[in-house]
Amino acid sequence: MRPFEYARALDGPDAVARFRPGTMYLGGGTNLVDLMRLGVAEPDHLVDVSRLPFDRVEASDGGLRIGAAVRNSDLAAHPLVRERYPMLARALLAGASGQVRNMATVAGNLLQRTRCPYFQDVTKACNKRVPGSGCPAIPGDHRNHAIIGHSEACVAVHPSDMAVALAALEARVHVTGPDGDRVVPIPGLHRLPGTEPHRDTVLEPGELITTVELPSPPAGSSQYRKVRERASFAFALVSVAAVLDVGGDGTVRGCRLALGGVAHVPWRAERAERALLGAPATEEEFVRAADAELDQARPLPRNGYKVPLSRNLIVRTLRELTP
Amino acid sequence: MNRVEAYDKVTGRAKYAYEYGVGEVAYAHLVQSTIARGRIRSIDPGQALAMPGVIAVLSSDDPPELGSLDDAELALLQSRAIAYRGQIVAVVVAETPEIARAAERAVRVEYDAEPHDVLLRPDHPGLYPPEKVNPGLPTDTERGDVAGGLADAAVTVDATYTTPTQHNNPMEPHAALAVWADGGLTLYDSSQGVSAERATAAKVLGLPPERVRVISRHVGGGFGSKGTIRPHAVAAALAARATGRPVKIAVTRQQMFEVTGYRTPTIQRLRLGADADGRLTAIAHDVVEQTSTIVEFAEQTATPTRVMYATPALRTTHRLLRLDLPTPSWMRAPGECPGMYALESAMDELAVAAGIDPIELRVMNEPLTEPESGLPFSSRNLVACLREGARRFGWERRDPEPGIRLDGRWLVGTGVASSTYPARRMASRATATAEDGGFIVRIAAADIGTGARTALTRIAAQTLGTSTERVRVEIGDSALPQASLAGGSMGTASWGSAVVKACEAMLKNGAVGSADTTEDVEADSGFARHAFGAQFAEVRVDIDTGELRVPRLLGVFAAGRIIDDSLARSQFIGGMTMGMGMALMEETVVDEEFGDFLNHDLAQYHVAACADVLDIDAVWIEEEDPYLNPMGSKGIGEIGIVGTAAAIANAVYHATGRRIRDLPITPDKLVS
Amino acid sequence: MAEITVRVNGTEHSLIVDTRLSLLDLLRERLGLTGSKKGCDHGQCGACTVLIDGRRSNACLALAVTCDGLDVTTVEGLGDGDGGLHPLQAAFIEHDAFQCGYCTPGQLCSAAGMLTEPGPSAVTEDLMEDPPLTPAEIRERMSGNLCRCGAYVNIVTAIEGVRR
Repeated sequence: MRPFEYARALDGPDAVARFRPGTMYLGGGTNLVDLMRLGVAEPDHLVDVSRLPFDRVEASDGGLRIGAAVRNSDLAAHPLVRERYPMLARALLAGASGQVRNMATVAGNLLQRTRCPYFQDVTKACNKRVPGSGCPAIPGDHRNHAIIGHSEACVAVHPSDMAVALAALEARVHVTGPDGDRVVPIPGLHRLPGTEPHRDTVLEPGELITTVELPSPPAGSSQYRKVRERASFAFALVSVAAVLDVGGDGTVRGCRLALGGVAHVPWRAERAERALLGAPATEEEFVRAADAELDQARPLPRNGYKVPLSRNLIVRTLRELTP
Repeated sequence: MNRVEAYDKVTGRAKYAYEYGVGEVAYAHLVQSTIARGRIRSIDPGQALAMPGVIAVLSSDDPPELGSLDDAELALLQSRAIAYRGQIVAVVVAETPEIARAAERAVRVEYDAEPHDVLLRPDHPGLYPPEKVNPGLPTDTERGDVAGGLADAAVTVDATYTTPTQHNNPMEPHAALAVWADGGLTLYDSSQGVSAERATAAKVLGLPPERVRVISRHVGGGFGSKGTIRPHAVAAALAARATGRPVKIAVTRQQMFEVTGYRTPTIQRLRLGADADGRLTAIAHDVVEQTSTIVEFAEQTATPTRVMYATPALRTTHRLLRLDLPTPSWMRAPGECPGMYALESAMDELAVAAGIDPIELRVMNEPLTEPESGLPFSSRNLVACLREGARRFGWERRDPEPGIRLDGRWLVGTGVASSTYPARRMASRATATAEDGGFIVRIAAADIGTGARTALTRIAAQTLGTSTERVRVEIGDSALPQASLAGGSMGTASWGSAVVKACEAMLKNGAVGSADTTEDVEADSGFARHAFGAQFAEVRVDIDTGELRVPRLLGVFAAGRIIDDSLARSQFIGGMTMGMGMALMEETVVDEEFGDFLNHDLAQYHVAACADVLDIDAVWIEEEDPYLNPMGSKGIGEIGIVGTAAAIANAVYHATGRRIRDLPITPDKLVS
Repeated sequence: MAEITVRVNGTEHSLIVDTRLSLLDLLRERLGLTGSKKGCDHGQCGACTVLIDGRRSNACLALAVTCDGLDVTTVEGLGDGDGGLHPLQAAFIEHDAFQCGYCTPGQLCSAAGMLTEPGPSAVTEDLMEDPPLTPAEIRERMSGNLCRCGAYVNIVTAIEGVRR
């Protein structure tokens, strides 16, 4: 780790005022400290925002306002989340370990970086870490990498479980920054890699997430399902967040689908959703919808398994959500 | 009795190597090569040395003087040549670990890189037969007419199995504290054998052995990776010598992947022939595996096949490939673990092909003498283990038809495999003295989590005819009587033999007894000595996702007299748990472009987590064997991992109808 | 460098620390509390688990400077202070819930924190309940603590005995 200065911000404006080039905001530290120790992140100044007063979960306008500094475990255990957004609770509980969830903040979870092994090793090239240096994952080992939306510059995936649920719930992120406040929707916060994989999100330097706002929960039942190599404490190979609302006539009235582990962003499966709207809630239609989404998949030589895995997972989850 | 050190371990008082603080400790950090093959062109420590708190940078610019360069992995900073990515090219010493680590990145090393070769493949022109395989066994054996036996067989299996590179990954990263005083060295290291480490350290550093003391009272697991001195300990000694300060070093988890050894990947072709009744007509077990370009390490992968089944024709071969990778090393049940995965998978395939129950197939091919050597077994109760396991597991209810049991979205299946591991012992010394109204037994043994301290306390108390409370066993210090290492499942047998002998001598002589078992061990011949076991697995495979779970795992073992039920059960279950990890998830990925181990941490190299371990149980059958040692015991530290992966893979076949011959069995291999 | 005050096992410590220092290294290298172990230094193994303000946390991922004013309990502080063992410590001994012992302090602190944590886990059927700590619940909740010796079976038994 390179030496750095540390300051604890008093409130949001104080944090933003302390921001200058070389500054990074520190939340729970579960990813940033990890990356600093690896030399991947080398801030000159750390502004600690983990104790800012963004630490409440409150009902509002039929939805929920979640402070950016709320810890993942507290959010998962919150009665309003468990009751009204069970899919979000499930996604949170599927992530990391009890210890990490106790430390990690909501904003930090959204802004965590990919666990691509090349990204995490400073002795190797990586366009996300050093723009223009190349992407060794493409010729190398990419079994855990993207099948959708990747570019020649980057095939990394976003590692968060929570963000997948938030994408399906159409959460909005409230941001404050040097140029004022704004609201960014999820999806929309995270970027596809394109030619600038070093930019994970649309946030500008100095911008700080203060609140994650959830609209009222979508109608229907929901589930978060994650596939991983071991039974717990592992990143997703593929995950799905699904909401399904089936009418009395057996047709799909509403559907939200988002995938984790397949793209540089929590992937909202809009094509599948469109294919399902108004269609009968049957296995055949679920397969058709999954295929509509996965037609655009461009698996790499060694991660082709993610296509049938995603398809099976979508179909399975929708089937389980069908009344 | 509870473990002797139980209180210390649950209260945090048990001190591991890195936790000794002596005077003004400085901290060392390793600098590793970033090319896999070539030469160092230049090393510029200037920027690092300019950092406040940096004390020294050691490198091949000024090679530290060593006493022996025989082991190229330990001949640190002597050569400009690079044999693998991650090889140690410099050692930074600083006032704090934070500074040392930051300085590591400031050391500028330039290289002249050459193309590297890191991929093991069965058609590589560089494959060669080593002179011997570990630990000094014949590379190839052939008995009978293998080609004829296969040609005449009514049923044959010809299959190739692969196991990936695996890393020991003990929870305690390798660490050492080196303190020089009066021309002598005290090394606090995390070691499976302080006597051997003292000898090697003395040789490498050019010291008489009596000037070196190695202390290793608690070891946070090793599984073979701490069986020999590792470069970090040499680095600490050199750094301490160069700076005149006690120096501590901890290998990072990432560095462990290159610096502390690993299990070679294997490519194993198994050919089995059997007559229509299932009696074997031939076995051929041909192994391809790797070593580094600087040290030869030849894993004895096919050797269990020389032990297991009766056959008129038997061939085993090992071919080695020198790659631009670190030298492989010892990992729990070297040889037996990967070899039995292949043999026991092939036996299952033979059972399916012949339409015979896999237990009956094994029973039918039970040998009267050790197949390769013809020696009588000192004891062999494989059949009893298979039968007892079948009874406990409910094997008789099993329908052999694969791929037909669906429970919800889970396909369910069961599988069985045999286990075996040699029962050897090595010479050791011990003393027993009557002191302070009790007894003290001294031996330079190691407790790496096996419970050696506790087992030896029991053995001594029994020999002395006293209670365990009155016996104190001192281990983990090379100043104690010389002892063999904790490895090869030989610890209790070797040390116990010396402890019994020392205690008997004390009873005879009065206050002091000492023992040396060199002659006893030399007389160990005339028998094939092995422990055996049978493992049973139930698996569930999700038909949508390929997720694999192991709801039930049962091991039944025959390992001579069990000295401590609680310790033995923990050892067996621990081995089986690691075996389950091997089956389901353990794999080190070799990166072809950079020539190194890619997934070098515990988030990427998965070992079994608590949630993976459901119902694992281990039991044993009573086994009397007078030809082993005074205790009548066989080693139990390794047999638990032998056969587990095959039992699980066989169960996966039974569940799904799909035979996965490449470990680990991850969801990507099962999803469709 | 920064000045911090941390309360560890009931004792207040005021120190000047390198901002890079982790809580784990503060405990081990500065305070001599080596019970908390370093197994990976990246939050991937749980050997460093301590209680920060009563919540189980990875001490390797916490910068010491961020712990200013906080209360830390390590394995050395789990017992009653007079050498008496915490029920979990006694249960770990009774059930042989460790072998090499290196993951043990983290397992113990993690279990101590886990027993007080509200809410469901990834394996809880009904999200609205605070489920009883069945073996399946314990296994999932303890999965942040790796044990390479494979003592999980006995660890779960030991914890199960304490929660009852």
